[in-house]
Amino acid sequence: MSTEKADPGLVLHHITVRFGGLLALDDVSLRAGPGRVVGVIGPNGAGKTTLFNVICGFVTPQSGAMTLDGRPFRARPHQLARHGIARTLQGVGQFNGMTVLENVQVGGNEKTAWAALERCEVAEHAGKRPGELPYAKRKRVELARALASRPRILMLDEPAGGLDTDEIRWLADLIRDTESTVLLVEHHMELVMSVCDEILVLDFGKPIALGTPGEIRTDEKVAEAYLGTAA
Amino acid sequence: MDRFLFLTFDGLSRGAVYAAFALALVLIWRAARIVNFAQGAMAVATAYVAYSVADATGSYWIGFLVAVVAGLLLGAGVERVVMRFVDHSSPLNGVVVALGLVLIIQGVLGMIYGNEFRPAAAPFSRDAFEIGGVALLSRYDLFVFGAVGAVVVLLTLLFTRTPTGLRMRAAAFAPDVSRLLGVPVGGMLTLGWALAAAVGSLAGMLVIPTELGLHPTAMDIVFISAFTAAVLGGLDSPIGAVLGGLIVGLLLSYISGYLGATVAPMAVLALLVVVLLSRPDGLFARSKARTA
Repeated sequence: MSTEKADPGLVLHHITVRFGGLLALDDVSLRAGPGRVVGVIGPNGAGKTTLFNVICGFVTPQSGAMTLDGRPFRARPHQLARHGIARTLQGVGQFNGMTVLENVQVGGNEKTAWAALERCEVAEHAGKRPGELPYAKRKRVELARALASRPRILMLDEPAGGLDTDEIRWLADLIRDTESTVLLVEHHMELVMSVCDEILVLDFGKPIALGTPGEIRTDEKVAEAYLGTAA
Repeated sequence: MDRFLFLTFDGLSRGAVYAAFALALVLIWRAARIVNFAQGAMAVATAYVAYSVADATGSYWIGFLVAVVAGLLLGAGVERVVMRFVDHSSPLNGVVVALGLVLIIQGVLGMIYGNEFRPAAAPFSRDAFEIGGVALLSRYDLFVFGAVGAVVVLLTLLFTRTPTGLRMRAAAFAPDVSRLLGVPVGGMLTLGWALAAAVGSLAGMLVIPTELGLHPTAMDIVFISAFTAAVLGGLDSPIGAVLGGLIVGLLLSYISGYLGATVAPMAVLALLVVVLLSRPDGLFARSKARTA
């Protein structure tokens, strides 16, 4: 892939990560252009969250590089917001000693926090502690916290986990409506196939397919990775 | 009854200082999960600097201001130069380093200023004026209440009304999540140590004139009382620290007044043991309040 300065969005070039003898990511490349929704899927242990952790600076790759709008990019976690990147976590990861509004304000300011809470339809719970809310509402608070920073790139790590059908439908609408670039790690195939422009499939850290949802759906390697047999 | 009232007001005045000092301990505990056993020695160090400045300038208030600023700088310095590099995989490591700091600070103070008690003037009279024919409060007591009250109000405003306070709380609750949200966790930790040391310095400046004076170990007994107050209120609870401080102050005053001053230190230790055995999370701490 090229690294011209005109190359917009986030681009990962040949990322490799080893944890001791384990090859967690093996020569992974990915491009997330402006406004695109890019899914990252794969069986458990495929390296999806490791890929997110590389982008966030929690994990340093042994080789490879990243660019953001064509410039070399190597974020430290606390600099992500400055680069316009926000991430949700697999768990809801909230500050239970703080109110919902305070939780979301940490990701932005009071004005953007209220806007995000309203967008995620949890503004009525602003004064409560996250622990007082049902799981689905807490997931919405988590999303609101990420949106409060008005990110250019929104990284969603299994946002549909533990949600019912209605909540997943609402989540799909939100992903489609957002102007941010979205990187989505998710196991819920219906959600991934319905919202993503492009999907990267990982298996044991190795990229086995990259394409549109239609292409991924009919890819034999993907079927084999998921079902243990060729489709 | 007159005696009881006098002892009550005296205990509240003393307890306000313990509350401020306990608050300093709680600030660091919440931010770094370390009981800063060096808090007392750090406060004495800044008090020495303050009284040196006061002697040189002839102004207690310049010295007082210098104490608070020196506390800020010393707290930030201790975090950036020492505590940041401590391996926190075991909670004992931070404790051992803090105890080492106590020995170093007290040794250095002894070398510079000597090991004899030096007089420390109070800015206001400590003679109690009468209310309804009973000597209850001195101007110095009112100064103590005002100073500690101002600290509590300012810290409350900081933590509940400002983005910086919000980020400090977030960094204390869940550092990794906070980093993802753009919070400079290291900077917040430094700020927490600085604020705690400044509050500790203020408490030192308030209590030292009421004790025997300046000495490298002048805050050792005060530290034990304040630590008891913090444990009593729950090390995670700022409000608990304030209430714990007032309770310990009252207890010490009543026991000193009715049973004798020599019994009071033992009573504090007995209270500490009872609280640790019966309510180790403190009387006011909510269970598992800090889970992220």
